[in-house]
Amino acid sequence: MSERGEIRLVQGNEACAEAALAAGVRFFAGYPITPSSEIAEIMAVRLPQLGGKFIQMEDEIASMAATIGASLAGVKAMTATSGPGFSLKQENIGYAALAEIPCVVVNVQRIGPSTGMPTSPSQGDVMQSRWGTHGDHPVVVFCPWSVREVYDLTVHSVNVAERLRMPVILLMDEVVAHMREKIEIPPQVETVDRPRPSGDRQDYLPYDDSSDVPPMAAFGDGYRFHVTGLYHGPSGFPTTDPEVADRLIRRLCGKVQRRRQQLALTSAHLVDDAEVLVVAYGAAARSALRAVREARSEGVRAGLLKISTIWPFPQEVLLSLAARVRRVVVVEMNLGQLVLEVERVLKGRAPVQHVGRVDGELVTPEEIRAALEGV
Amino acid sequence: MKRYLRQQYMPHIWCPGCGNGIVLGALLRAISRLGWDQDRIAVVSGIGCSSRATGYLDFDTLHTTHGRALAFATGLKLARPELKVIVVGGDGDLAAIGGNHLIHAARRNIDITTICVNNRIYGMTSGQASPLTPKGRLATTAPYGNVDRPFDLCQLVQAAGATYVARSTTYHVRQLCNLIAEALENRGFSFVEAVAQCPVYYGRRNRLGTAVDMLKYYRDHAVTVRAAQSMQPEQLADKIIIGRLHHVVEPDYESEYARVMEEARRRADR
Repeated sequence: MSERGEIRLVQGNEACAEAALAAGVRFFAGYPITPSSEIAEIMAVRLPQLGGKFIQMEDEIASMAATIGASLAGVKAMTATSGPGFSLKQENIGYAALAEIPCVVVNVQRIGPSTGMPTSPSQGDVMQSRWGTHGDHPVVVFCPWSVREVYDLTVHSVNVAERLRMPVILLMDEVVAHMREKIEIPPQVETVDRPRPSGDRQDYLPYDDSSDVPPMAAFGDGYRFHVTGLYHGPSGFPTTDPEVADRLIRRLCGKVQRRRQQLALTSAHLVDDAEVLVVAYGAAARSALRAVREARSEGVRAGLLKISTIWPFPQEVLLSLAARVRRVVVVEMNLGQLVLEVERVLKGRAPVQHVGRVDGELVTPEEIRAALEGV
Repeated sequence: MKRYLRQQYMPHIWCPGCGNGIVLGALLRAISRLGWDQDRIAVVSGIGCSSRATGYLDFDTLHTTHGRALAFATGLKLARPELKVIVVGGDGDLAAIGGNHLIHAARRNIDITTICVNNRIYGMTSGQASPLTPKGRLATTAPYGNVDRPFDLCQLVQAAGATYVARSTTYHVRQLCNLIAEALENRGFSFVEAVAQCPVYYGRRNRLGTAVDMLKYYRDHAVTVRAAQSMQPEQLADKIIIGRLHHVVEPDYESEYARVMEEARRRADR
């Protein structure tokens, strides 16, 4: 298919909504919160046109719950929010992880904690997106740096959620969400549907662990199965058997861990001869790329590793690039979150410097250049 | 009735004398009477003793997080409108942590039937006060008598927009079953409060006797809606008003949203 798409000037949030629809999302539950509200507003217009459903729920907890409920009915479902709302959704995100209900949660990060400074940009929810809900659980988090990437990663988030039967978090930031860029909207995108059961319904086990992603029936299809947030065996019925419990949690976490390398999305810029490696993601990576280019014009051999898959952390890519550089600079709009992961992976193989910003402003190329050229 | 039960998971977790089984029996008899397709029924619950019912029921069953059953059920119902969606929960689950979802589900008049098993206590966590614990009663977290005033949940959901509201008790089993059947048939948000005994964590602490004594209390303190109309507030103070409290016909959420979809398509085509 060489059919051309439509060229449009769109906002990040708009690209997210349109991509979700293209990926087959037909249910959205939301609650008003800046800077993510445009996603809900666009869904309110577009979903009923396409035979889908939009509902504004009474709170953030309810929108996460309704999203899970709709997915269980066999419909691709999404919700979107920002910091305070993301905090409120955490319990039900854990439910979706344990009960293996595919869904996408968009978090357009704004500065926090608490109400913070509405609605200035930040990248302060990196660790929350990994550990926000209680207990060991699998997590996949994507982070786009451009409107183009918002579109592509939204489609990808829906597909990964369906393929792995789990919640996927699209971690945007206010800059990318409100920025407008020209993108080509493809006439169609590759879509993935959750695995469905094919056998006899009497034999259906909703949590059959003979594969790491068991086939998922929809409510109303006649399988009559049980879904719970309690630990459960293959039948879905609650258990307190330590062996079954251990097997369940290891399978859930394992389905992401085993696919760590294929989930890892990164792009390397000007790294071939780099002596200083900048690691960045989201809006901060835009400033970082500019800083790297400018530093090069000053004779500093800098390169950028832009990370699009925050969790699971793309450690193999980082290790291979870091082996060739003298030092690493991590740029993020917080006081040090993903840098902890970089340090964990590098284990002292290269010195790691952090450039952070928490005043609600976008980190600038000049700040990053100072770190690149300062030594 | 057995065809609606997952007997392989019995015995159930409820204490001897618990009212949950009686309410569940009334629900299943009502479903049986209506002759609904077993494959088109979803039962959703939150967390608590009564919420464990979903595990034992042979329908599509969803045991959610504490208080959130109605929010999960809302998504489920919208995404699959042909499903008959029933929510079962306790007074703590539905009226405290889930109170916001309760009033908003009622406000939307979404076609979900909610059965609230009101045992006036948090049983699963062994006897803390709930929003339905009467003033002065004892609970582990109200050791000197409950200072909070209880909700009248039926009045609450009626004020919030529920189109069918009823109350009965575990003593009045036949009536309870009839009311649940009416609630299931109402297209819109229906609410049935089933006053039920918790002899272990509520009855014992408050010296209300055995489960049978508590049932007798319901027998002696229940008054019908009709009888209550001619009684004074002070006469009704310790009474349980039972029967159909409210029933009106109003468009449910799904019908209203269907019109939104039509309008959205029409404008998109223009």
